[in-house]
Parts: sequence; C-alpha cells; structure tokens
Amino acid sequence: MSTTPSPVPSTREAVIIGGNRIPFSRAGKKYVRTSNQDMFTTALEGLVARFGLQGERLGEVAGGAVLKHSKNFNLVRESVLGSSLSPTTPAYDVQQACATGLEAAIAVTNKIKLGQIESAIAGGTDTVSDAPIVVSDRLRAALLDFNHARTTGAKLKALAAIRPKDLAPATPGTGEPRTHLSMGEHQAVTTAKWAISREAQDEVAYNSHQNLARAWESGFFDDLVTPFKGLTRDDNLRPDTSLEKLARLKPVFGAKLGQAATMTAGNSTPLTDGASAVLFSSRAWAEERDLPVLAKFVDAETAAVDFVHGHEGLLMAPAAAVPRLLARNGLTLDDIDFFEIHEAFASTVLTTLAAWEDEEYCRTELGLDGALGKIDRGKLNVNGSSLAAGHPFAATGGRIIATAAKLVAAKAAETGRPARALISVCAAGGLGAVAVIESS
Amino acid sequence: MADNYTRFVNGELGKKLAKQLGLPRPAVLRRYTPGAPVTVGPVLIVADDASAADADSLAKALLAWDVDVRRSTEGAADVRWGGVVLVGTAAESPEAVSEAVLALGSTLRRLAGNGRVVVLSRAPEAGDAPALAATRAGFEGFTRSVGKELRGGATANGVQLTGGAAVDSASALGTLRFFLSAKSAYVDGQVLPVGPSDPLDDVDWQQPLAGKVAVVTGAARGIGAAIARTLARDGAKVVVVDVPAAGESLAAVANEVKGTAVQLDVTAADAGTKILEATRHLGGLDILVHNAGILRDKLLANMKPAQWDSVIAVNLASQLRINEQLLAAGVEGLRIVSLASTSGIAGNKGQTNYAYSKSGVIGHTAATAPLVAELGGTANAVAPGFIETEMTRSIPFATREMARRVLPSLQQGGLPLDVAEAIAFLSSPVAKGVNGQVLRVCGQSMVGK
Repeated sequence: MSTTPSPVPSTREAVIIGGNRIPFSRAGKKYVRTSNQDMFTTALEGLVARFGLQGERLGEVAGGAVLKHSKNFNLVRESVLGSSLSPTTPAYDVQQACATGLEAAIAVTNKIKLGQIESAIAGGTDTVSDAPIVVSDRLRAALLDFNHARTTGAKLKALAAIRPKDLAPATPGTGEPRTHLSMGEHQAVTTAKWAISREAQDEVAYNSHQNLARAWESGFFDDLVTPFKGLTRDDNLRPDTSLEKLARLKPVFGAKLGQAATMTAGNSTPLTDGASAVLFSSRAWAEERDLPVLAKFVDAETAAVDFVHGHEGLLMAPAAAVPRLLARNGLTLDDIDFFEIHEAFASTVLTTLAAWEDEEYCRTELGLDGALGKIDRGKLNVNGSSLAAGHPFAATGGRIIATAAKLVAAKAAETGRPARALISVCAAGGLGAVAVIESS
Repeated sequence: MADNYTRFVNGELGKKLAKQLGLPRPAVLRRYTPGAPVTVGPVLIVADDASAADADSLAKALLAWDVDVRRSTEGAADVRWGGVVLVGTAAESPEAVSEAVLALGSTLRRLAGNGRVVVLSRAPEAGDAPALAATRAGFEGFTRSVGKELRGGATANGVQLTGGAAVDSASALGTLRFFLSAKSAYVDGQVLPVGPSDPLDDVDWQQPLAGKVAVVTGAARGIGAAIARTLARDGAKVVVVDVPAAGESLAAVANEVKGTAVQLDVTAADAGTKILEATRHLGGLDILVHNAGILRDKLLANMKPAQWDSVIAVNLASQLRINEQLLAAGVEGLRIVSLASTSGIAGNKGQTNYAYSKSGVIGHTAATAPLVAELGGTANAVAPGFIETEMTRSIPFATREMARRVLPSLQQGGLPLDVAEAIAFLSSPVAKGVNGQVLRVCGQSMVGK
C-alpha cells in the first residue's frame, strides 16, 4: 500500500527571513470596497519596508486569491508593479483553495533550493467584501450569444431568451461543486463520524482567542503585521470570549444529521478579508544583506482525499500528508515543538488529531504500522489561529508560516537547541498541504 | 509651501493692501534644493582690524564653495548682497569693533531677499579680562537685534567659537555655511557655540551623510517624516521608528526614503537594544534622532496623572533609557539629536507636562554631551517654534496667527523641513564641534530666554 519514502534529495536551504500581513478583518467591515490587489500590494509594501527591499529585483513573487475576479488574471504581478519592489521582479498567480498561500511558499522555496532563484515572496490575499459577482449561467449564455450575433434580429433573439430569474447574481459560495454541500456541512459529517464533542470544539476556539490575544498583547505581531485602513489588530479577535459564551451559540452546520449538531459560528471560522506575504531566500542572499534568518523551510507535502466517491472527510487530507512528510524527513510527532494546524473549524483540528491517534485508521487509511501518535496540546496553535484571527483563504498560509518561523526562532534562542514547527492547512476539493520548518 | 496669508501678501494685490494697512508682510522663504548655490548673491566679509587675518582665511574657504566673496564694498555699489559676514573673533575692546559693525550696517539696505548676516565671534571664557568678555558677549545681543531689523526673509545668526576653536576648523566653517545657506531658512537670531574640531577635510556638500545609518523615532508623519526624508536626501540610510499603530504611514515613509520600518514603542524597556538590532544589518548606528513626542495639553489644575505621565514617558524618559542603553553598548561616534521645543524654554499655558519634558530634554542633552563625546559623538537638541504641521493646524485661529505672524521676526510658521535641516546639519560630520547645544528653529520667535 505505501512505498518506502525516498530520502529528501540534498539541495541547498531555503530560509524564512520574515513576514508581513495586514490585520485580518471580518467580511463587510474595515476592508469593504478594498480589492485583493490593494490588500496584497499593501502586504508587500509592509514587507518591503520591514526589510528595506525598495528597488530590489527578487527572484519571484508567487501568491494568489481564492475568490478572484477574471480581471485579476495577473493579480500578483500587478501587485508587484504597484509596489516598491523592482518592476523587473517576476510574479505568478497560484490557486489551491485555502492552501494557496502555503502552496505558493512550497513552489518558491523549491526554486530557491534548486538554485533557480535566490529570493522570493510568497503569500496570498482574499476578500469576501469585494468578491466578484457572477451572472447566472443562463444570462451569461444569452449575453455571449448577443455578442456573437451579427444581425439585429439575432441580437434581439438572444436578449429575448433572458428571463427575470436569470438576472439574479450568483454569489460565490463555499459549496463543493461535486457534492453541492458547503464546507461546513461536509465537516459536520466528519465531526459526527469522529464523535467530536461540542465542548472540545468550543475549547479549541476559546484557546485560539486567548492565545492570539496574549500574542497581540506581548507585541508578538509588532514585526509581523502592519496596520491598514485604520485597523491595527485582527477584528475577529474576542479576548473576552468565554467557554460559557461559546456554549450559548446555536449550531449552524450539521442540523440534518439526525444527531446533536455541534458546529457553531464560534467554533467555525468567519468569512474574512486580508492579505499576507513572507520573504524567503537562499542563506547566501540573506547573509549578503545581513538580514536575520528566522527558520529553514525544510520540506513540504501535499495530499488529496476522495471525498466524492470514497468515505473520507473533505478536510482530512492533511491527516494523510503529515505521516508521509514526517517519514521522508525521519521525524516523528515527538520531534515537533509547535503544531500549527489551520483552524478551518475547531473540529477540523480535532478530527485530524483523532485520526492520528486512531490505530485502525492509521493502519487502514494511512498505511502505517500503528497510530501516528498523540501530540502535546500545549504545543498546538500557541499564538492562536484562524478561529480567532479569521481566515482570508489564500492569506492564511502566509500568516501561519511567519508566525511559526518566529516561534521556532525564539524557542531555539531560548533553549539553544533547534526547534521545529509542523504546518498543516486543509483545503476545499479534499486537498491538504503541510510543511516542516526548523530554526536555523 | 508657504501658508495662504504669506502667498496672498506676496501677490500683486496683497502686497499693496498689506503695505497700506500696515499688515505683516512675511516673505516667501528660500529653501534648500540640491545643487543650488549656497547664497542668493555675493558675500561680503567685514572685520575689525585685529580679526582681519581670520576674515581672510574665511574668505579663502568661501571661495572654495564657489561663493563670490568680497572683502570690501569698493566697486560694489549695485550689488545685492547674498550675505554679510561680520568677523570679530580677535577684537579686544568694544571700541575696536565699531568700524566693522557700522560697515555691516551700511550694507543692510543692499541685502538681498533671503540674504544672510552671520556674526563670527568668540564666546567669553572664564579668566577673560572684563573688557574682553564685554567685547565678546556684546555680539550676542547685537546679532539678535540685527535679526529683528531684517526684512524679506533675511536672517542674522552667530557662530560663537569656544575653547579656542579655529575659524577655519570644520565645525566653524560648517556652521557658517549652514547659516549662509537656505538650509537655515527658519533659523533666525541664534548664536550657536562651536567648539574645536579638525580642519575642514574634503566634504561632499551634496551628500554629507553618505554611508551613515540614522534612526528617526516618531517618523510616521509630520516633522519625523520630514527628518527621515532630509537625512535620506543627504545620503544616510534611514531606519524609521514609530508605534505599531502608526505602521501604515511608517511603511510608506520607509519605502519613500528607501529605508527600513521598525514598529516599536520608544517607551519599551528594551527600545535602545531594539534600535541597535535594527541597524545591525546596515552596519551599525551613527545618528539617532529622538523625535517621538506627544501632547496632552491641560491646565495643571486639571491635569490627570495619565496626561502628565504619558507625556513624560514618551518625550523624556524614553530618551533617557535609550541613550543609557546605547552608551552602555559603547556605540562609537554616535550623533544624538533630540527634539526640544520653544515651549520648553519659554513655557506655554496648558503645557506644563510638555514643557517639563522638553525642558528636561535640554537638560539631559547638556549632561549627555560629555558622555558621548568620550566615544567621539555629540548630543544636541533642536527647539522648534511654530511649525506648520497637521498638529498645529488644529490650534485655534487667533492663537495660531499670533504664533505665526506676531511672535517670529520672520512673521510666519516654519516647515517640518526647516527642523529637519537643522537636525541634518547637527548630525553631519562637520558639526562635530557642536556639542551639548540647543538650536532654535523658530524664525526668531520672541519667546523665552
């Protein structure tokens, strides 16, 4: 079933110098009518300012957005052109649902490791407040016919095909195209299957808010976030939330499952606007500029699960990706100091952890000899994650990488020993991307 | 940009109207642009007999700056003087200076708009004979009075040599050049003590700060942003610092000056260490400008503890702590310039907290000066008067017009750039002999001592 992993080929290192993001804002609030391009350009500008990169020609900038208008076909390149970076910096767009940011990082660090480029920025941006509105398929067909029609008669005929109900816009949703179930409904099935309790989910949410609030208070984000449009902190953060308050919220997903629904607006991520960017380079590039190196981007793995025809949960791909990544690098869960598991839903984190602890699942589904293991919950999302910060889809990867890099750097400085972080991001389409970074 | 009133009275109609009504007629001040000549016209150097040799060596230095220098008015009846320099460095009795002083006076009607009067003298020193002390001290009141008589954007300032500094030393000449140039547009009626320094070496006057690394606190906007731009213009690599909440405009300033942004609250316990860390990758810290400051105006009777304490914490205590950390780290050749204020000198109603902090800055600057000097550095302060900023735009109209029009000899507020120019000068290598001083940038505002 599983093949013995080949060892990681020896290449040079790709290092993380630092990151920048704008404060994340709940949809419809501070960043209303702010475009993806504005937000990503701002995130880039903050990064440029932090490391004095004005006029630099970087190897490349990669990133993207999940909700993207067709006019933004060159979103990242356009953002670079609007930034203080050299206009000779190449760029390209990446899109892998919620894993966009992490996938962009994997792409650019691989190029750095291969020696194709010396430096790069990876990141992402998303706005629900400025999401593209799409016309209905029938209206679109009629308009295309109108456009192709050569005679007035043909043009009128094309327009005559339009019915009033065709005029309703199709707003972007998070529904899976093949199952027509929303992500939340999918996860509700997985949550029920693993019998994850409401209390356990609320606790994950509570910890996320507490941890993020503490990190903000301690100044952890002073060199990771640049204010934007008057917003200086993530506005989804509720430092004063409590388990009692979370327990009072009504479930929003899984009502049709026939058993007690557990997923609420409190233990699910809200729709969010935001952008992030992370600076990577070869060690030589960083040393030449005497720039601080926080961590190495060691290795990454992506996975996908068959949630359409198979029985696996939509957001369970990271559960499969992590064991493969660890094995290839000769690591176990015990070698990890920080687990950064993206909180799409509190239960996503909990089902992933439950899967790794389940001997049968690990044997039959992951092809392991036994359970992958149990993690020390004190190492989980120690400075908060998406439940508290919010989750502007493509921007989440960059947020996590920069946070994790700073965490391992601080830990290594404190203990004098190398520190590692495991990053895990689930995504629509049954996708998942995971990575290991290590203090340098 | 001049303010609206200044623009108006410099127009055809406004000029006539103001003259007839006897209204103040502020001039449009000439500001420095890279590559422009030092002065607006030829420079005349007058001296008493004893100081003639010093005057000659000054003339030589000015010639090297492509200035049209004259030692007499002969054949210059039509000249509009760009500057007149009075040298009294070797005068020994009050009677001996009268001829030179009157010679200066006879040229003032021919002084060009934005012209300059600079008086070079020696400071009275302990042990001076009473007559010598009187001769030297007299120049100070004289300079300030000349400043008040000048019109058309012209200024009068003094270079007061101390500790036996030579007239052709780097700092004497550098200060003279600053006062002659458009960089001192809003500095008027100031007598700056200048101590000994090396002879003037080759100076790149276009990029006097080339190769230097400067940190400017409170640089997200206003005067701080202007300081960052000016230091960068002069060749420095600039690290801009401001509180995290001001990060958006801070990043914009950093990118504009091709510098680095550091989001840091200067009141943090380790701010000095963080500032050092931020400059490490640029090759170390050379210049630190303590500009960060806040206002919490309140009559003392109504002052709340938080209003007093926050002003002291940001404007004064932070500077003390940062300086201590930098001194402890043994930073060599460090040039510190702190922002004081004329409010700290003259006092201002509703600003007891602010005035305490700014007066305190003047105090610690004098005390820090000998400490940094041991490591080859300097510590000075700049005291701005009324500066046109977003902050001062919120001052009520009458108070604002009083501060702008009536108090300063130049009859207008200064620009953030004017403060920045003074700071750039004090941070420059040629100003090394200026230490522990307070330079007012106030358009000769008639407040204070």
